[in-house]
Amino acid sequence: MSGVKKFVVGSFDDEAVLFPAVKNVRRAGYKIHDVYTPFPVHGLDHAMGLRETSLHTAGFIYGITGTTTALTCISWIFTKDWPLNIGGKPHFALPAWIPITFELTVLFSAVGMVLTFCYLCQLSPFVKKHHFHLRATDDLFVMAIECTDKTNDAEVQEFLQKAGAKEINVQVAETGWWLGRYDKEQKLYRELEKGY
Amino acid sequence: MNQSFELPGSYKKWTIGLISVGVIALLYGFIAYHPFTHPVHGQHNDSTRFWAVLLQNCVYFLLIVNAAMFFIGVTTLAMGGWQVALRRVPEAISSVVPVLGIIAFLILMAIVWGGHDDIYQWVNKDTVAADKIIKGKSGFLNPVFFSIFSALTIFLWSFLGYKMRSISLESDKAGPMDYETGNKWVKKNILWAALFIVFFGLSVGSTIPWLWLMSIDTHWYSTMFSWYTFASSFVAGLSLIAIFVIFLKNNGQLEYVTEEHLHDVGKFMFAFSIFWAYLWFSQYMLIWYANIPEETGYYKIRVYGPYRGIFFLNLVLNFAAPLLILMKKSTKRNYTLLTFMAVLIIFGHWIDFWQMVMPGTLFESAELMPFEFGIAILFIGIIMWRVGVYLSSNPLTAKNHPFLKESMIHHT
Repeated sequence: MSGVKKFVVGSFDDEAVLFPAVKNVRRAGYKIHDVYTPFPVHGLDHAMGLRETSLHTAGFIYGITGTTTALTCISWIFTKDWPLNIGGKPHFALPAWIPITFELTVLFSAVGMVLTFCYLCQLSPFVKKHHFHLRATDDLFVMAIECTDKTNDAEVQEFLQKAGAKEINVQVAETGWWLGRYDKEQKLYRELEKGY
Repeated sequence: MNQSFELPGSYKKWTIGLISVGVIALLYGFIAYHPFTHPVHGQHNDSTRFWAVLLQNCVYFLLIVNAAMFFIGVTTLAMGGWQVALRRVPEAISSVVPVLGIIAFLILMAIVWGGHDDIYQWVNKDTVAADKIIKGKSGFLNPVFFSIFSALTIFLWSFLGYKMRSISLESDKAGPMDYETGNKWVKKNILWAALFIVFFGLSVGSTIPWLWLMSIDTHWYSTMFSWYTFASSFVAGLSLIAIFVIFLKNNGQLEYVTEEHLHDVGKFMFAFSIFWAYLWFSQYMLIWYANIPEETGYYKIRVYGPYRGIFFLNLVLNFAAPLLILMKKSTKRNYTLLTFMAVLIIFGHWIDFWQMVMPGTLFESAELMPFEFGIAILFIGIIMWRVGVYLSSNPLTAKNHPFLKESMIHHT
């Protein structure tokens, strides 16, 4: 939980407007907190200057773990712990183990990557995050710009207006996640609004 | 748009050089190995070696150039757009099919009608009459059916491929298409691609590897074999496409092809290397598990005989290396590394075909000597020559293809 911050939020309804807007906002030196889109937008990560994800490296490591688990486990069972004569095959029957090794490799890497992905996106049961605009899950591209003490939010709003945003507002929101219900967010918002 | 591409001088020199080396190897084999003597099956003879090497190379290179048209066919049927910017490259590669088809047909006919029962046991009438198993297969494995079906196959590959190429080239002549013409053109393209794919399935997907390769080990059969051969030739064909795309990019051509397209070709190479390994393993494991003598004979000489090294080298070259090296995104986008991998895969599958042909024909006495490589070089030279002719006489971008825009903005 990293605390409460102030954001200027601009909503765009066109990808073609969003891209130059992201570029201009970055060039103007504002800090983009995140851009929320209803579907994966190709090249947006690049435009936002996000670093390459290491999810696939994690996936590789999970996969290797699965392979090793399967091979050590099966070989221990069939050669040391409980050797069985199956159709006269040798106890160390590698070809017969490959399908299971493959399955475990896939299982470990798939489940591991899904869980890692959820962790990175801070998705989990009971975990809540602030929604900047509900239509980000429907048809709007929502850009949240983080404000510091020195940011003049009127200026940022004007900037977004020029960049082509359809809807602009200022929100004070929790940046991290919290456990519980969404009404906490409402309270948080109202209380802090007075304080600012 | 760059419309005419002048082949660089070094390309021509290499083509001529490779063809000359290949012709020298062929002549050497012709003189030193007495190809027209008739050896007894199973007895080492230079003549067997000569024909076995020719068979391996002509079938391998014919299947990989034909796989380029398969690539166009599947991407067309899937309504794919990303490959349009590089589509002329597989087209150029597939234009080699008639040339290699005729060469392969001549070699196959020489083996079958020349009575080379050291290669195909079933061409000898006495062997067939005395052998119950081969007799049972003789409705399919006989010289007449073999010849007719081979001729038909090579003709249809060439003809349907020619049709696909001419539909593509035709689109260059008229101006940009409006919706109506574009729609009509796409449907026509799909129709011919579908015909090609159906026949491809009937030939490469089933009968042709049975006839040309599996019948070497006449008693043995595997239901996986054709798919295995197909996977082998398709992944090598994709590698050939990658090599020519990189070659043209390095010569400042194919302006709409970016790293994104190369990345996708690389993904195909990666995926089909794994697909090949899947079939390799499935074929091996079922035979290992069932342990039936007439099936295990095929693997006995390969795994416990003199081919053991090659057999496992095959798995390293075609599965372990592509799996580990092509896994990374940066490899698939790097010209040097992808070229290296493509060459490795083409060589690996050449070795794969070598170990399909040699154990059944030459037994313990197969060799990997300059003659074997010389014949491979001859075929590589022929491919370079034909592809070069096609690339330098046709526009390299299908500029009026309705999906070109989709390919230009392609992003993985």
